[in-house]
Amino acid sequence: MDILPILSTLRRHKLTAWLLILEIALTCAIVCNAVFLIGQRLQRMDMPSGVAEHELLQIQVADVTSPSNPYARLAEDVAVLRQVPGVLSVASSNQVPFGNSSSNGNIRLDPAQPERTLNATTYFGENLVPTLGTRLVSGRDLQPDDFVDVEAALKALGTGDSKSLPHVTLITRTLAERLWPGQNPLGRLIYLTPTVGLRVVGVLDSLARPNAYDEAKAQYTMVVPIRMGANKDQSYLIRTRREDRASVLAAALAALKKADPQRVVTTKRTFDEVRRKFFQDDRAMAGMLVGVIVALLIVTALGIVGLASFWVSQRRRTIGVRRALGATRANILHYFQTENFLLATLGIALGMLLAYAINLFLMTHYELPRLPAIYFPVGAIALWLIGQLAVLGPALRAAAVPPVVATRSV
Amino acid sequence: MFAYYLDLALRSLKRNKVLTALMIVAIAVGIGASMTTLTVMHLLSGDPVPTRSGTLFFPQVDPNPYPDGPSLPYDMMDYRSAVDLWSAHRADRQALIAHGQLKLTAPQVNLPPLMAQVLSTTSDFFPMFDVPFRYGHGWSAQDDASRARVAVISADLNNKLFNGADSVGRTLRLKDSDVRIVGVLGAWRPSPQFYDVAGGRFAGGQTGDFYGRPEDVFMPLNSSSDINPLGFNFFTCWSMPKSTGTLQTSPCVWMMLWVQLDSAAKVRSYRQFVADYAAQQKSLGRFARADNTQLRSLMGWLDFNHVVPSDVRLQTWAAFAFLLICLFNTVGLLLAKFLRRAGEIGVRRALGASRAAVLAQCLVEAGLIGLLGGVGGLLLTLLGLWLVRRQPVAYADLVHLDTAMFLFTFALAIATSLLAGLLPALRASGITPALQLKTL
Repeated sequence: MDILPILSTLRRHKLTAWLLILEIALTCAIVCNAVFLIGQRLQRMDMPSGVAEHELLQIQVADVTSPSNPYARLAEDVAVLRQVPGVLSVASSNQVPFGNSSSNGNIRLDPAQPERTLNATTYFGENLVPTLGTRLVSGRDLQPDDFVDVEAALKALGTGDSKSLPHVTLITRTLAERLWPGQNPLGRLIYLTPTVGLRVVGVLDSLARPNAYDEAKAQYTMVVPIRMGANKDQSYLIRTRREDRASVLAAALAALKKADPQRVVTTKRTFDEVRRKFFQDDRAMAGMLVGVIVALLIVTALGIVGLASFWVSQRRRTIGVRRALGATRANILHYFQTENFLLATLGIALGMLLAYAINLFLMTHYELPRLPAIYFPVGAIALWLIGQLAVLGPALRAAAVPPVVATRSV
Repeated sequence: MFAYYLDLALRSLKRNKVLTALMIVAIAVGIGASMTTLTVMHLLSGDPVPTRSGTLFFPQVDPNPYPDGPSLPYDMMDYRSAVDLWSAHRADRQALIAHGQLKLTAPQVNLPPLMAQVLSTTSDFFPMFDVPFRYGHGWSAQDDASRARVAVISADLNNKLFNGADSVGRTLRLKDSDVRIVGVLGAWRPSPQFYDVAGGRFAGGQTGDFYGRPEDVFMPLNSSSDINPLGFNFFTCWSMPKSTGTLQTSPCVWMMLWVQLDSAAKVRSYRQFVADYAAQQKSLGRFARADNTQLRSLMGWLDFNHVVPSDVRLQTWAAFAFLLICLFNTVGLLLAKFLRRAGEIGVRRALGASRAAVLAQCLVEAGLIGLLGGVGGLLLTLLGLWLVRRQPVAYADLVHLDTAMFLFTFALAIATSLLAGLLPALRASGITPALQLKTL
């Protein structure tokens, strides 16, 4: 295919050609970044929680009056829940992964160090590891005699009596790797308070924090053997079979109500709902971006159709003359296809620069990573394809122009 | 003349229905997308108390006794600092705020108990924030001091419990105490719920919850701490609270103070007052840093907390980029349309039409397309806003198209199409009559 005649024709239609190039460039830049953003959101929504998500239920209740012995109250509730048919395991916890509200602590590796090493979330509660279904990769789980009551621990902090404080902790693999890269974390000490260190006795495969906004820090998690009493912020977590979830939730609520009809259930949901709620903004945003991409590509394709039709009708005579001089239908078809390919290529080249610029803007304003290079060829191929599809109709119409047109005056 | 151009434009638009429809749809879609996001932005970034916002300020001190605390003051205050600043009464008005939940029942109302969001505050809250009342009124400073068991309830709660009837004088049971209703709020839905905004910089851009509804129950701070002394939400603590201590002496921040300062001079002197207070507390050994104080204006405080969710900003950017592409598209199509009529324009020029006349005629045609695109854009905007209302976000019920945005939709559509039409129209009016006549 001869490119020179196409170029010389385009040179005579500079304005329209540039318009098309700019439109393709803008579309290319925005589509690349939008696809990238969607990928980021989908990746975020896939963030591992480390727990058996399809088998977990969460219930929170608020008591009318604070019970005189919240620890006994909690033990009673757990016992009541264990009796419910279909319940495999029950735990109490101060928080759940992706539950939003988080209890955090500042970790120091040396009690004397002035700045914290990092901020990690702290899970308090009994029987958490088996109920959540998180996997222990090394060491041991927390034992009943590791646990201390929260009141006693707080009192001990005031008096400096280290006996009533927790002494051990579980941490996630990610946290271990961050604190002691490449070393065995078992037996090492973490300081949440200057007085006493927590010895790492077990490493969990994965357990996400409730406020996992920043993916890099989502796994900075500790499980500390502190026994919390029954209160409105405490969750009962129930492990059951996947297909039993609805019936077990209803039965568990009925059992708790029966134990004390006065209290108010503030949360009752499956873990699937917890995840859905936590990532709802990401889902909405991804959906909206898909809409933008589709609409953009349609608008651009229609623009190409419109301009190509205009060019074809403007050049009917030229086409007729070429046909009369011996050009085949295929020659004419290829002429318009090549022309579109040239314009799209220019547009894509400009679009890549623009995509990079937009990405730089997003990186500074929205803390996004750099656009991976793979998006460039993929974006280019998508736009070439759309250009070719859009130009096909007008090009076929051009190819259908009969040679006799050359002999007519208009 | 205009009517004649309009007639010409209509004829021309009818001649090539597909091209016309393409342009109208492109403008409509672009306008629909950008107006939807712009309306949401407009609603979320607006002034929540237009009558007062210039005079409302949010003082902050750093009560941390350790010098290695965060570099900016906490978003809330500890009890002692908040009450010290409040009881000095150095501002024109001042209100303390703390949050909590209490179990609520209404005697003689057959509804299960519910957990009510309770805002504990002081009497100035209602006049200071211009809060409308449906029935009754707020409480007095006397009630604050005498720890009166009174409450103001939201319109929502009044509808739920009393079907919207005048419930002033009736009794609510909160936890295990009775309180008397003295006021019922009218329709009050500030956007955002500015007086509760805190911690926005830690929310990772997910700040949609700042646009929630006001609390169900408003009570004097002293009364609600009598009813449930430990029932307040903490913001954070700088060290472990002692279990024997009270909330009032805890090393935690959980109260906010809002002040009204009616003149620039008062703002200056209040700023000095807060700085002096911090210096005095440092000399008493309670604060580690005296220089870490702030007095932000209401709008400054909202900005600092990035109240507009970052996704909404991103959507607005995306929508305007989309409109830009629609604009390019329309330019190209209009160019095709006008230049296709080169012969006709040549004849008109030869018959005496000036360049300006041709330009005007082309622009009338472009404007007409803009108007039609605007109507389509308006419908798409309404559709878009309906979709936003169905999203599970706290501000969903706030989203609507107000008159300003309604008019702006058409202004934007016509401006867009005129802008798109300008270049093609200039090209068309530049057509030389002789050349065109020759080819006829």
